[in-house]
Amino acid sequence: MIEVRGLVKQYGAKIAVNDLSFDVEPGHVTGFLGPNGAGKTTTMRLILGLDYPDAGTSLIHGKRYAGLAYPMREVGALIDAKAVHGGRSAYNHLLCLAQTNNLPKRRVGEVLELVGLTEVARKRTRGFSLGMSQRLGIAGTLLGDPAVLMFDEPVNGLDPEGILWIRNLMKALAAEGRTVFVSSHLMSEMENTADHLIVIGRGSLLADCTMEEFIARSSGQTVRVRTPQPDLLAKAVSEAIPEATRAGVATATTAGATTAGATTAGVTTAGAATARPTATTEADGSLTVHGLTAAQVGDLAFDHGVRLHELTVVRASLEAAFMELTADSVEYRAGEGPAEQPAPVSEGAI
Amino acid sequence: MATTTQAQPILSALPPASGRAGFGGTLASEFTKIRSVRSTYWTLLVLLVVSVGIGAAITGGTAASWSHMAPSDRASFDPTQASVAGLFYLGQLVIVVFGAMTLTAEYSTGMIRTSLTAMPRRTVVYAAKATIFAIVALVVTFVAAFISFFLGQLLLSSTHDTATLSQPNVLRAVVGSALYVTLCGLFAFAVGAILRHTAGTITAVIGVLFVVPILAHLLPQSWYQDVDRWLPDAAGRALSVTVGPPPGHLFSAWNQFAVFAVYTAVLLVVGAVLFLKRDA
Repeated sequence: MIEVRGLVKQYGAKIAVNDLSFDVEPGHVTGFLGPNGAGKTTTMRLILGLDYPDAGTSLIHGKRYAGLAYPMREVGALIDAKAVHGGRSAYNHLLCLAQTNNLPKRRVGEVLELVGLTEVARKRTRGFSLGMSQRLGIAGTLLGDPAVLMFDEPVNGLDPEGILWIRNLMKALAAEGRTVFVSSHLMSEMENTADHLIVIGRGSLLADCTMEEFIARSSGQTVRVRTPQPDLLAKAVSEAIPEATRAGVATATTAGATTAGATTAGVTTAGAATARPTATTEADGSLTVHGLTAAQVGDLAFDHGVRLHELTVVRASLEAAFMELTADSVEYRAGEGPAEQPAPVSEGAI
Repeated sequence: MATTTQAQPILSALPPASGRAGFGGTLASEFTKIRSVRSTYWTLLVLLVVSVGIGAAITGGTAASWSHMAPSDRASFDPTQASVAGLFYLGQLVIVVFGAMTLTAEYSTGMIRTSLTAMPRRTVVYAAKATIFAIVALVVTFVAAFISFFLGQLLLSSTHDTATLSQPNVLRAVVGSALYVTLCGLFAFAVGAILRHTAGTITAVIGVLFVVPILAHLLPQSWYQDVDRWLPDAAGRALSVTVGPPPGHLFSAWNQFAVFAVYTAVLLVVGAVLFLKRDA
């Protein structure tokens, strides 16, 4: 059980964590999500006492981390897998950690076996891949058989097999009744792992709910279309008037000249970009239509004489819902222009 | 099925623990850290080789040219100081690197975050680190001092101007050289805790121990004599002299050592406070 109350952390003029409060309950995998720079790592550092908060408290089992009798027996935390002395062997690295908490030496071999690093136990960690370092870091968190586990971006650098392994490990640890708190900037990593989500952006809490609630909230949907005439349909979609604003535009057109309609459409685009239907070309050649129902897309195609090969309703992915939720709080963003361009599809690419 | 089969526990049970994690475990941990990286062995080997080697070169060279030396030079020759000169002039350079790295390497590798996660009581970590460093440094500098001394006297035997430990001030000079060099290391450890940067720490400490004394020499003589006794490195110069009167402008050997010890203690406390207060 982790309790965070009113946590604030400022680095110079930048507020990294802004009045953050949440609980992390045992028996679940709790995903800690946010874009890069949202304050996930800072929050974890504050919980562990590596950084001191400007305000607020964080308690584990009702105590400050530094006040725990045997910290490693209660909390296993991995903030940075590369935060090791590269000249030290994996075995000695884990041994020096175990000794601080009076943990038995045999434990080191046990956790090395568990993460699959037994063969390289005597090798210096300098030569380890990021994936091996992550495994070593995870081994360190398990030394004390802790009831609370915290992992900061644990799947970074892991291969697909490693990602599956850590997912299963986290689920198994939670199933044993442990508190598992794991951060990520990618929703797709959490989709199959986390039961509960805590989403932050720019240091503030954006969502604290179960995965089911999050899915229910993100009810936005798109329509996938396949057609031999994608350009024609895309044009038709971009010129289509969405259901919601049709009435308003119609009024404007009736009231004035033909240019008034164009002006209103322009205002609509600027004022409520999401209401304006768009069609984007996917890498596989299909079109994804936002802002229109499947029926509307079908009618539109019929009106414009466009042949359809597929018309499918696609529920918004959690990734999209997450990106929408955090859109305003993304710290570092590439220029808008290129991102809007359909990705050129070339044979053999990607 | 899934409801009836008990999953295999991921981890075997640990023996129950009583009390709390404290100094003992962290001391063992810090010893594991220091003995499990090659740089420790290289640094300490260099310390031994430089100390014993330079001492041997000075004493051996003196023995070879003894017959040509003027009587006044022979009279002022200090066989003890000559034998341990390698340790307290060059050994201190090596120990400064070793002392600085004890803490700064944890910052450069990021290991400090892992260390402080395992043992969040920072005073314990700091004290354990300083203690293990001091013990290792003492053992190595004492070994270097006595090997340098006995080898030096062996090489000087042809001159019949050799020192024994029972002569006045000789044991003090040998032991004092080792203690002085250890203190240089602790001084660097403390500066490392304050600066948290390897190169910066080594530069700063070498500046204080080597460059400041040179600059002090540029002062008018009377000023220099007033300033010199407050310089940290004066301890080494005062402790190692066994022949002739002690340098008049300095405090007595052990008081001079105390000056340096106080500086080091103050820096160790400042380093500890910063280690405690700052974000890791």
